[in-house]
Amino acid sequence: MISRDDVAHVARLARLALTDAELERMREQLNAILAHIDALRAVDTTGVEPTSHAVPQFNVMRDDEPRPCFPPEDMLANAPDRAGDFFRVPRIIEE
Amino acid sequence: MRTIHELTDAYRRGETTPSEATDAYLSRIAKLDDKVGAYLTVTADRAHAAARAADERYRRGRPLGPLDGAPITLKDVFCTRGVRTTCASKILESFVPPYDATVVDRLAKAGAVMLGKSNMDEFAMGSSTEHSALRVTRNPWDLTRVPGGSSGGPAAAVAAGLAAGGLGTDTGGSIRQPAAFCGVVGLKPTYGRVSRYGLVAFASSLDHPGPFGLDVTDTARLLGAIAGHDPMDATSIDAPVPDYTAGLEQGVRGLRLGVPDEYFTKGMDAEVEAAVRVAIDVLKGLGATLERVSLPATPHALATYYVIAPAEASSNLARYDGVKYGLRVPGRDLIDMESKTRAAGFGAEVKRRIMLGTYVLSAGYYDAYYGQAQKVRTLVRRDFDAAFARVDLIVAPTTPNVAFRHGEKADPIAMYLNDVFTIPADMSGVPGVSVPCGFTASGLPIGLQLIGRALDEATVLRAARAYERATDWHTRRPELA
Repeated sequence: MISRDDVAHVARLARLALTDAELERMREQLNAILAHIDALRAVDTTGVEPTSHAVPQFNVMRDDEPRPCFPPEDMLANAPDRAGDFFRVPRIIEE
Repeated sequence: MRTIHELTDAYRRGETTPSEATDAYLSRIAKLDDKVGAYLTVTADRAHAAARAADERYRRGRPLGPLDGAPITLKDVFCTRGVRTTCASKILESFVPPYDATVVDRLAKAGAVMLGKSNMDEFAMGSSTEHSALRVTRNPWDLTRVPGGSSGGPAAAVAAGLAAGGLGTDTGGSIRQPAAFCGVVGLKPTYGRVSRYGLVAFASSLDHPGPFGLDVTDTARLLGAIAGHDPMDATSIDAPVPDYTAGLEQGVRGLRLGVPDEYFTKGMDAEVEAAVRVAIDVLKGLGATLERVSLPATPHALATYYVIAPAEASSNLARYDGVKYGLRVPGRDLIDMESKTRAAGFGAEVKRRIMLGTYVLSAGYYDAYYGQAQKVRTLVRRDFDAAFARVDLIVAPTTPNVAFRHGEKADPIAMYLNDVFTIPADMSGVPGVSVPCGFTASGLPIGLQLIGRALDEATVLRAARAYERATDWHTRRPELA
């Protein structure tokens, strides 16, 4: 069972500001879902390799040649806040 | 309501034009979509322009190919240059992509006319389209019921005659399940057969773009246009694309069909089971041989999916931080801004999956959940490998039940159980199609699922076409006044 503190910790990791009511509902629902998922632990997977992709493909390479990329104006068109050619965010480093 | 092949035949004969057809669809959308709720954005001006260009090509006797002038809809998960792409989420409600997804570009180059962007569960997470933050979509066969999901918008649009075809995505069943619920054909191609470039990511190892059609021929035509290697998607398979329409009429004589014990479960709807068993007999009557097969890891597939898909989603959705695009809610510092933005921008189901995914990937739980799920995923794949050593196709129900009422599956796990028969093919990457195979006594469509070997969409479609030719379920249309 995961506790309310666990849920609050995961919410911080996931950058989700949840209300108290949401935290409680999330705790109940996650516990219900995890109870279902816990059945997996009983499956014998001794010696079984994990699958990360249905079609195994490794190291897809291309020539290292310059190619046109999107102009800054296109990339900034959806920015919630900008300053010139930059995305503006709240101050991260204290003065 | 005409199929794409009927429309393009009529264009060639000069009986109608892409512009006339496009106008008719746009009028029908204006008249009926208040009831159905399939569309989030209608792109009438672009559609008119694309249709006029197609008119001209037919006038000169030089259409681009089998989709030229076909009016279609795209699930609002595909990036469309200059047309907002919302993923049915408040966090992307005003996002206007600077580029087209590869599949969008390929359809445009094939002459298809985009009518607009259709509804879905937010970020493709759901099985009813009820998790859309922007609109309610109703099943055209019964407006009190859901169209399925997550690609409920395109499925409902095609079923209601609000588009001649469409594209969706299938991560746990999100093309095949709404196709079954809405009585249309929906195909999930092999993983990597169709590029994911420009598709808003949900679970990258499981996301499959694919087509919806009124029949198998249209579905094959759409697949032919979107399939093929794309250097912009590193997981795209570099294999030749066959003409999927070429062998469609070859029938099923001599094909070996596997009937999996695990896809006929105690809790399933008796009418669904009966219809699917009759459909399997039809295929036998057409000359296919039947064989019982076992896919023993099936009962674990759902739990495996609900570890892997949320884990991948929690990583993919980390990009919605209020910085580069999408919603921003101001905060006292960067973390506060991100946390408030995501709290305001994501709906309940998306938050639930982000939380679940973050939890199963977090320190101390990774091996027990994520590592174990990846190993069980291998077992699910091995089941298909073993079955396809003996049979050419697997035949099964698409879903354990038919379309349910809005609000009926409020419990998350009840909702997840809808996908028990579709999730295994996503985890294995093998192709699967849902075709209409009957109706319940109350008039709700039932879907037959055909699953094939990796990259063998041609056999899947050929068997689906053989079934379709022997039955008339696919010709029935809902009555929408």
